[in-house]
Amino acid sequence: MELRSYIIRRLFLLIPVLFGVTIFIFGITMLFSPIERAALYVTSSRQMLNIPLIIETYGLDQPFWVQYGNWMSQVFSGNLGWSKVVGMPVWDAIWSFLPATLELAIFTTPIIIFTGIFLGSRAAAHKDRPLDHGTRVMAIFGWSLPTFWLGLLLLMVFYGYFTGLLPPHRLGIPMDMVVNSAEFTRYTHINTIDAILNLNGAVLLDALRHLILPVITLSVTQVAFIMRLMRSSMLESLGKGYILTARAKGLSERVVVNKHARRNALIPVITVSGYVFAGMMNGVVITETIFTFKGIGWWAWQSAIRLDIASVLGFALFNSVLFVLVNLVVDILYTRVDPRVRLGGTVQ
Amino acid sequence: MSDWKFMVRQLVKNPLSLAGIIILFIFAFIAIFAPLIAPPPEGHLDNYMIPRDGYSATPKLPSEEHIFGTTEGQYDIFYGVIWGTRSAFHVGLLVIGIVLVVGIVLGSLAGYFGGVIDEIIMRITDVFLAFPALILAMAIVAALGPSLKSVMIALCVVSWPSYARLIRGDILQVREEDYIEASRGIGASNFRVVMRHALPNSIYPTLVMASLDIGAVVLAAAALSFLGLGAPEGYADWGQLTSFARNWIVGPSGDPFRYWFAVTIPGLFILFFVLAWNLLGDAFRDILDPRLARR
Repeated sequence: MELRSYIIRRLFLLIPVLFGVTIFIFGITMLFSPIERAALYVTSSRQMLNIPLIIETYGLDQPFWVQYGNWMSQVFSGNLGWSKVVGMPVWDAIWSFLPATLELAIFTTPIIIFTGIFLGSRAAAHKDRPLDHGTRVMAIFGWSLPTFWLGLLLLMVFYGYFTGLLPPHRLGIPMDMVVNSAEFTRYTHINTIDAILNLNGAVLLDALRHLILPVITLSVTQVAFIMRLMRSSMLESLGKGYILTARAKGLSERVVVNKHARRNALIPVITVSGYVFAGMMNGVVITETIFTFKGIGWWAWQSAIRLDIASVLGFALFNSVLFVLVNLVVDILYTRVDPRVRLGGTVQ
Repeated sequence: MSDWKFMVRQLVKNPLSLAGIIILFIFAFIAIFAPLIAPPPEGHLDNYMIPRDGYSATPKLPSEEHIFGTTEGQYDIFYGVIWGTRSAFHVGLLVIGIVLVVGIVLGSLAGYFGGVIDEIIMRITDVFLAFPALILAMAIVAALGPSLKSVMIALCVVSWPSYARLIRGDILQVREEDYIEASRGIGASNFRVVMRHALPNSIYPTLVMASLDIGAVVLAAAALSFLGLGAPEGYADWGQLTSFARNWIVGPSGDPFRYWFAVTIPGLFILFFVLAWNLLGDAFRDILDPRLARR
C-alpha cells in the first residue's frame, strides 16, 4: 500500500478515537446538573439571571444524544465555554497561553532528544563499565524525582541562595514593560524569537535567564526515559550481524557505533516520541505552576483549583487531539525511517 | 518454585535492587508502626490529620518538640511524613489493586475471545490512552471535586487501559498453545480455561512489573496533591506537605536556606519511596528480559 492511502486510512481510524474522546469529555460534564452546566457559559455575574434562558438556548435539559450533538457543533465552531480564570473564551485562552508553552517546548525538546540519545548510546557502548552504571543510577533517580520538588530545590538554590540569579516568571518586570511597549513588535509572543526579530539583546538574555530552570525541570524525567530506551535499543543493534560485518571490514569502532549501530537504534526512539510529547504536556502543568511561567499548563492549573470545569475539560480535549495528531505524524514518520515497515500489511 | 528462588537471589545479588528492598522494608516498618513512631496527641480525632501547633504562617525550625520543624500553618513535619507513609501505601496499593483486577478481567476477555469483544475493549482503551495521563487525571479530579478519593478514582481511570492491553497481549501469546486446546477439548468452561490455564501461564511477569508501578502511582498522586487537587488541607500527605513549602523556598536575606527543612524533607520521602520501587523495577526488567540477559 502506498503512503497516501496509508495516511488516509490512518485518518479514518482517528474518527472512532476522537468520537470516544468527545463522548468521554462530554460525559464528565453530564455529571453536573443543567444549572451548573449553564453556569459554564456565564461570562458575568449579571448573566446569572439568564440561566434558565441559557439552559433553553443550549438545550441543557434535552436527552444525552441531543445535547452531545449541540455540544459538538459548539466545539466545532470553537466554543468551548468561558474561562473564568482569565475572563475570555476557553478557545482564546488556549491560544493566548500557547506561545509561552511553545517557547518552553522549543528549548526542552532538543535537550531531551540529544542528551537522551547521546547518554544512552554511550552507556550501551560502555556496557557494564562505570559509565553504564553511572548513567543507569542517574536514570533511575531522574525517573523517580518528583519534578515539582526538583523545581522548588532549583529555585531555593538559584533564586534564593544566588539572589535572583534565575528567577521564576517569563520575564522580569523591566523587560516585561519593554516587551509590552509600542516599540517592541510581538510577532509570535514567543519572547526569545520576538527578541531576536526585534534585535533586542536585553530581552533575549532576560527571557533565556527565566527559561533555564523550567527547561531543566521539564527535561529530567524525559531524558531519563529516552536514555534508557536508547541504551537497550543500542545494545540490541550492537548484537546484530551487520555490526559484526562492519567490524570485520576493519571499520573503526567510532564509525561502527556512530554510523551503523546508532542509526538503526534510533528507530524505537522515534516510535516513542508520542509518549515523550505526552510526558512533556504532563510536565508542563507542574513546571509552569512552580515557576509561575504563564503558559497553558499554568492556566489549566489555575482553572483546576478554581474548579473552572469548562477550561479544564477544554484543555484536556485540546491535549488529546494534539496527542492523537502527534502519534499520527510519528507513525507516518516511522514508515519513512524504517523501510521494513510494511504499510497496512499484516504482521506474521 | 525454583523460578522465584532464582529471582530473589538475583535481586539480592544486585546492589541496586538490594538497596530498593531495604528502603521498602524501612518504609513498610514506618507505615506499620506509625502510631508508635509519631503518636497522635491525646484526644486527636483523625490520626491522618496532622496536629498543628498554632496558626502562624512562618515555618519553625526543628526543635526538641518538632524534630523536623513545622511547615506553613504550624503543621508538624515529622508527624506528616510518618503518617504520610501510610497514605502513600494506601493510595499505591489500592490503585494498583483495582487497576490490576480491571485489567485482568477486560484484558483476558479481549485476548481470549477476540473478535468483536476484543475490538470494543481495545477501542475503549484507545480513547483513554489518547490523553496525557496527568492532564486527564487533573480534569477528572476537578470534575469530581478535589479529594484523596477523587485522586484515586482518577488514577484508576487513567491507568487501567495499559494493563488491560498488556494482559491481553499475554493471553494472546498462550491462546493457541496445546495445553489450552487440550483443556478446552476435555470440556473445561471458558472461565476455567482462562483462570486455571491461560492466566497462570502468561501474566506473572506483567503482574510483577505492574505491582512495581506503585511508585509511579504514588508519584502521580503526590503531584496532584502538590497542585492542590488532592487530600484536604492538613491531611498527612507528602505532596501537600511539599506544597506548603512553596512560599518558603527563599529565606530572609542573609539566611537563604532558613526553611530548608520544610522544602526538602517531604520531597526526600517521596523521592526515596518512588526510587525504591523503581530500583526493583529496573532489576526485574533485566531478569525478565531474556534477550538482554544473554548479553
